[in-house]
Amino acid sequence: MNRTFELSEFLFVVAAVRWTLLLSLVAFLGGGIVGLLIAIMRTTHNRALRLVTAGYIQLFQGTPVLMQLFLFYYGFAVLFDMQVDAWPAVALAFTLYSGAFLGEIWRGSIQAIPRTQWEASACLSLGYVQQLRFVILPQAMRISIPPTVGFLVQLIKGTSIASIIGFVELTRAGQLMVNVTFQPMIVYPVVAALYFAVCWPLSLLSRFLERRIDADLGIKRHL
Amino acid sequence: MPILALNGISKRFGTHIALDDVSLSIETGEVVAIIGRSGSGKTSLLRCINGLEVPDSGEILFDGHRVERSRAGLRALRREIGIVFQSFNLFPHLTVEGNITLGLTEAKGVPLEEARKRARDVLRQVGLEDKIGAVPLRLSGGQQQRVAIARSLAMQPRLMLFDEITSALDPELVGEVINVLEKLATDGMTMILVTHEMGFARAAADTLVFMHEGRIREKGPPSRLFAAPVTTELANFIDAILPAGPHISHVFG
Repeated sequence: MNRTFELSEFLFVVAAVRWTLLLSLVAFLGGGIVGLLIAIMRTTHNRALRLVTAGYIQLFQGTPVLMQLFLFYYGFAVLFDMQVDAWPAVALAFTLYSGAFLGEIWRGSIQAIPRTQWEASACLSLGYVQQLRFVILPQAMRISIPPTVGFLVQLIKGTSIASIIGFVELTRAGQLMVNVTFQPMIVYPVVAALYFAVCWPLSLLSRFLERRIDADLGIKRHL
Repeated sequence: MPILALNGISKRFGTHIALDDVSLSIETGEVVAIIGRSGSGKTSLLRCINGLEVPDSGEILFDGHRVERSRAGLRALRREIGIVFQSFNLFPHLTVEGNITLGLTEAKGVPLEEARKRARDVLRQVGLEDKIGAVPLRLSGGQQQRVAIARSLAMQPRLMLFDEITSALDPELVGEVINVLEKLATDGMTMILVTHEMGFARAAADTLVFMHEGRIREKGPPSRLFAAPVTTELANFIDAILPAGPHISHVFG
C-alpha cells in the first residue's frame, strides 16, 4: 500500500528547510569572507592580484555550479582516493561559488565610490587600510545591500542543486516523499511554496532597503 | 628658508603638457594666489604639491627636505599640508564632527575627546558650531565648503592648498567662504589658492602667480600685475575676466 502525503510527510519536508537555510547561511558567510577579499584584491593597484582574482571570478561565474559540485564531491575521491561527505563538499563548493558572485557585486560597489573620496581621505593622511575601513567600505556597503540580498535569494534557491549528490535539503526531501507517495503534483507545489515563503520576505527586504538607501543618497526613481 | 620650494616641476598627461618646468617658492605666512585660464596647469600644480599627482621631473622641498614619494613619505607630508577641493569631497556617511575627527584620530593619533574638542574649535572658526551633528548632504554648498575647510584646519597644517573652492558654489554662497579665507590669511596661515575670485586675490594675496600653458608667466604683487601686466597673455586674461572699459580702473585702479 502506498503512503499518501499527509501531516508526517509534510513535516518531513518542512523540517528539511533548516538544511537549505543552514547550507545557504554557511555559503553566504563563507562566500562573504572570500568575496570581501576578492573585491578588495580586484580594486588594488597590484596587477597580479587583479588578474588572479579576475580569473577566479571568471572560472566560477563561467561554469555551472553543478559542475563545481561534482568536481568537489567526486574530485576528492578520484584524486586523493578519499570519499568526502556530501556536507563538506556542498558547503565548500557553494562557498567558493558565492565568493565569486559576492566579490563581483562588491567590486562594483567599491568602484562606484567616487575617486575623490579616495583623494580626500588620502589628503587627511589616512593609509590604504584606513581609507577602506573608514571611508570606502562603509559607503560601498550601503550601495551593495540590495544586490547582495538579491544574490542571497538566488543562492537559497540554487542550493536545491545539492540534492543531486544526495544532500538532503528541501528539494531532496521533496523527492524522497514523491518516491514513497507517487504524488509529485502535491509534494512539489508544497516544496515550491516553502522556497517562496523563505525568499519572498528577503525580496521585500531588498526593495525596502533599496528605497531607504535611495532616500539617504537623495535619489528619486520614477517607479 | 622657504617652507615650500618647487624646482623645475614638469608633468604631462599623454601628449598634453600640464606643467612645463615650473619653479616657485613660498615663505611661511605668505598667501599666494594662482590665476590663469582653465587648463593652464593651476590645479595640476596644486595636486603635485601634495602628491595627488606625481611630477615627471623636478623636485619638491618641504621645510627644506625633499618630498619622498613613498607611501610613508606622502602620509607624513599630508599631515603638514592640507587641501580643500572645488567639490568639497566631504564623507557623506559621516556627520560633520565625524568628518573632522577622522583624520585626527586615525592619522594623527589624537584621542577622541581631544579630537572632538578641536572639531568644535575649528567649526567655531568657520561659523558652523551649530552644525556639528549634521550630515553633509543636509548643508548648503557654502556650509559644506566651510566644513571642508574646518576639516583641513583641524589637522593643524603648516600649509594649506585651496583648489578653486568657490567655483562650484551658487553666487550668493561665495561670500561666506571668502570671508573664512580672508580671516585665515589675516591670522597668518600660509596658503596657496587657485582662484577665479580676482577681488579676493587682489585684496588678500601677497603674491599673484599667472599661469599660461603649463608655465608661470608672471609673478609679483597683485597690484603690480593687475595694473601693469608685462605679457600679452596676462593682459588678455585680465581683459577677458573683467567688465569692459572704464570699470577696470574703477575696480583695480
